[in-house]
Amino acid sequence: MTKQKAQIAIIDYGFGNIKSVANAIIFLGAKPCIIDEPSKLSNFCAAILPGVGAFGPAIDFLKSKGFDEHIKDFINNGKMLYGICLGFQLLFTKSYEHGEFEGLNLLKGEVKKFEKSFDLRVPHIGWNNIELSKNSDSLKMFSGISDNEYFYFVHSYYVLPQKCEVYSSSCKYGVDFCSSAAFKNIWGSQFHPEKSGKKGLKILSNFIEESLK
Amino acid sequence: MLKVRVIPCLDVTNGRVVKGTNFLNLKDAGDPVEVAKFYNDNGADEIIFLDITATSDNRNTTVTLIEETAKNVFIPLTAGGGIRTIEDIRKLLNAGADKISLNSIAVKNPEIIKQASEKFGKQCIVAAIDAKKISQDKWNVFVSGGRIDTGLNALQWAKQVEELGAGEILLTSMDKDGTKNGYDTELLNKISNLVQIPIIASGGAGKLEHFAKACLAGASAVLAASLFHYKEFSIKEVKNYLISQKIPVRCQ
Repeated sequence: MTKQKAQIAIIDYGFGNIKSVANAIIFLGAKPCIIDEPSKLSNFCAAILPGVGAFGPAIDFLKSKGFDEHIKDFINNGKMLYGICLGFQLLFTKSYEHGEFEGLNLLKGEVKKFEKSFDLRVPHIGWNNIELSKNSDSLKMFSGISDNEYFYFVHSYYVLPQKCEVYSSSCKYGVDFCSSAAFKNIWGSQFHPEKSGKKGLKILSNFIEESLK
Repeated sequence: MLKVRVIPCLDVTNGRVVKGTNFLNLKDAGDPVEVAKFYNDNGADEIIFLDITATSDNRNTTVTLIEETAKNVFIPLTAGGGIRTIEDIRKLLNAGADKISLNSIAVKNPEIIKQASEKFGKQCIVAAIDAKKISQDKWNVFVSGGRIDTGLNALQWAKQVEELGAGEILLTSMDKDGTKNGYDTELLNKISNLVQIPIIASGGAGKLEHFAKACLAGASAVLAASLFHYKEFSIKEVKNYLISQKIPVRCQ
């Protein structure tokens, strides 16, 4: 199968800038399929969970629509998932954004707020460089991308995974945080690959390639 | 390390990019989709679209413009001008905008900042403040494309929009806008010391050193329009200069 035929599900649960992600997928020669019905997920080999906004309402909505169980089945069947920004945070165990919320728990870890300080403006908005991990999943995710490249971030909360092997890259903003994760078929990034120019598009291209293997 | 962003701003009216002086005397500067694509290919860190006639002419911002631009532009897009409701914001975000800039409506109904940031996340809500110096150490907030003095103190308003949940401030000096005499660094300095959210400096860039001065005054991003549109400086030239001044920027 060629890349042109790849169909990528984009999960629409009312909290994503779905259009930008869909535009990037089209640009890369694949076909984005926006789905708002969880049962349709099983028709695809790869899915993207986008997301902007607050963790609590997003996870509540995802669960109320029944996406949580279908996403778990999707992962258990070895299919590829990519979480972006809030969608990345939702993959983890728990968030402390405006309270305490249980995430999808596909990866173990917590979501915490950047502590404000004099020289650290929050939200963390803009282009920051990331340090790539050396594990095999990271190499797949960042194939063709060199270390220390810049990606576009816009967030006030960051992910702290429980285990180091989940990190595919890390970034520094007051603290060291997890800028992206890759663990088997679960990928995700705090930065927006669809808004990070050519380097970001390359990651999405690597994701499409991987889903066709 | 987080980089200072260099942002070209596209003031749009009737589907064309325009630029004037002190918010008046508008000149044509090209097709917005083409102009955005050009900046995307030439190192811009972000692009801001402002529909500058939207508020005064009482019509909606061009959702289709954002839609067309977002097909080929894979860096952050901010849309502003004429936004009145949560529904307007949703439409623009769905069209491919990443951030929404609120100006007149926020002054009229400050609660919209709170509602929008709770609904869509504070990271996508930019409070645009058009400020004009009215006396020593005092700047007022103007709305409707700079036509109406609200009587609001710009410093207090900046603090208030942060408290309401804005994720960023787009600070335009009306005194400096279009003059090429440099950003209002005095105002930038005061507001950047007052708030914790990032500030985009706007209005007055004319020389390379102006960009560096704005950064030193506390700006997280520097915006310019005519300077880039008429190719007086390229984004690359601005970035090279900033690097020479030891200010970190993203290079492609």
